[in-house]
Amino acid sequence: MNSTIYKKKGPLVFFLIPALLFMAVFLFYPFIMNIANSFQRITQLGSSAQGMNDPWYANYQKLFNDPIMGTALKNTMLLMLATIVFEVGFALILGLLVDNIKVGTQFFRTVYFFPIVISATALGLLFNLIFLYNGGMLNQMLVKFLGLSDYIDWKDSNHFLFTMLAPIMWQYVGFYFVIIVTGLNNISGEIYEAAAIDGAQGLKRTRYITLPLLRNVLSTCLILAITGALKVFDLPWIMFSTGIPLDESWLTGTYMYAQAFVFKDVDYSSTIAVVIVVLGVVISQIANRVFKEVDY
Amino acid sequence: MESISAKKVSEKQPSRFKRALRRITAGKVVSYIVLSFWALTTIYPFYWVIINSFRYRGQIRRDSFSIPWPGSEYFTLDNYELAFGRFNIPNAYKNSLIISITVTVVVIILAGLFAYGLARYNFKGKKFVHSLVIASMMFPVFCTIIPIYKMEVAWGLASSREAYKSLIATILPQIAGNLSFAIIVLLGFIKSLPVEIEESAYLDGCSVFKIFFRIVMPMARPSFATVAIFSFLWSYNDLFTQSFFLRLPNEKTVTLLLNDINSQAGTNYGLMASAVVLVVIPILIVYILLQKNIIKGMTVGAVKG
Repeated sequence: MNSTIYKKKGPLVFFLIPALLFMAVFLFYPFIMNIANSFQRITQLGSSAQGMNDPWYANYQKLFNDPIMGTALKNTMLLMLATIVFEVGFALILGLLVDNIKVGTQFFRTVYFFPIVISATALGLLFNLIFLYNGGMLNQMLVKFLGLSDYIDWKDSNHFLFTMLAPIMWQYVGFYFVIIVTGLNNISGEIYEAAAIDGAQGLKRTRYITLPLLRNVLSTCLILAITGALKVFDLPWIMFSTGIPLDESWLTGTYMYAQAFVFKDVDYSSTIAVVIVVLGVVISQIANRVFKEVDY
Repeated sequence: MESISAKKVSEKQPSRFKRALRRITAGKVVSYIVLSFWALTTIYPFYWVIINSFRYRGQIRRDSFSIPWPGSEYFTLDNYELAFGRFNIPNAYKNSLIISITVTVVVIILAGLFAYGLARYNFKGKKFVHSLVIASMMFPVFCTIIPIYKMEVAWGLASSREAYKSLIATILPQIAGNLSFAIIVLLGFIKSLPVEIEESAYLDGCSVFKIFFRIVMPMARPSFATVAIFSFLWSYNDLFTQSFFLRLPNEKTVTLLLNDINSQAGTNYGLMASAVVLVVIPILIVYILLQKNIIKGMTVGAVKG
């Protein structure tokens, strides 16, 4: 800006310092401290370290030999994959369908977006009732309308993945739906008219015109889905708090929280947090390379 | 003459009807079916939990699909009485609102000032500061919470057994967590405002601060609304940070209360249902009132997941 008002730099301090101070104290400093913590011995939340670990990388050694950490990583990766396929996939299908109709688009937008504004804690409780073994909504439906003879235990080792992932998918489809619909609305009608003259209609139009033009929007969605999957905590914590059944349902986020609160291994918990950040950075970098934005 | 015009009209009428019919293609019918099915999956669970919150607890597991009309033998308000009797719900709402409103107000002011400074001034290290803000969006709260907790214990804020201190202890990291998103949304908007208006105000003798509060903030109102709504929602719905700092009964927020009910209600499913309704309904009302802003805001702020 070359405006004369902004030549005098004095007020700048007043504009920038408060927010920067906040970020320095509550983001940057703790972020660095957390890395340091992962090399130290801390037995109580809020207390100081009792010296370095021996060897200093002991926690990372432990991490590699911890079978539960393996499970948590595997589940988080599965969650990420499911997020990409189902959240973004469903949202894309629903978005393309909504683009097809005229009446009621606003209604569908409002309704699909609804689960996102509700706290995941409330949704967790709701889904606990839905997936309840003895007389939950789903089991009652299956027995009543489909004539199943017995209830299904939705949280046993055969079903827990579905029970854990389905609510998360369900909650966020609306979020990606809204982004994709906005992207679809930005495609100009002229392109479609030109395509119609050239004989591209229906599915052909979707395949050769809509989808390529939606590429940048979709890559934004994919990156959001990947980084979002690493932050999931509330829903699985309410539904599967202690990794039931038999430590099979841990995610990196819930496992980190349990290490700090339930098992009181604060430094190990910090180590898991470091891994979460590293994973987030590495995977989103890879995703950025793969789904590079294209200019038309 | 009359008969001809009447004939013309009668010819026109069916053709318009036919055209309307032709417009309803098989593709559209399928579209509506699929879209309505998904809409059903998002509406039905809430409808189900609402009707069951008014049902006697034993009935829920046997027959949860019929509507317990007021006056019928299944209808009861026991679940709500129990929820209000056993848990201090008004206090939880009070705590939640104190936290979320404070976070929202502070985030708006700090992020607004910062975004304005960054948008309008040229200075050394501007690029570095900007990338610092972007980078801080990558820090999940998982990796900062333990050091923050320790720091706030040392300051006497966290675990002090005084409710207002614990609330402050929760508010501070929540503000920091929402700042970078808010700055990025506001920065984009303030940059797009014409500088000329600010210049003429300056010539009229306005100070830079007056320009910010009297001109920039009102002009950027839609983006401030977006930031406010999302800061509020994220702060209100957040379970992770709150559960670190708020442990005593009189410090509980709505989200934490739900967490407690989840682990304490045991098999009292009616209580769970009424608790879910009590938390969901206020948010539902706010959402319906503000829904246009919320949806627009989410796409503007598509940077945060």
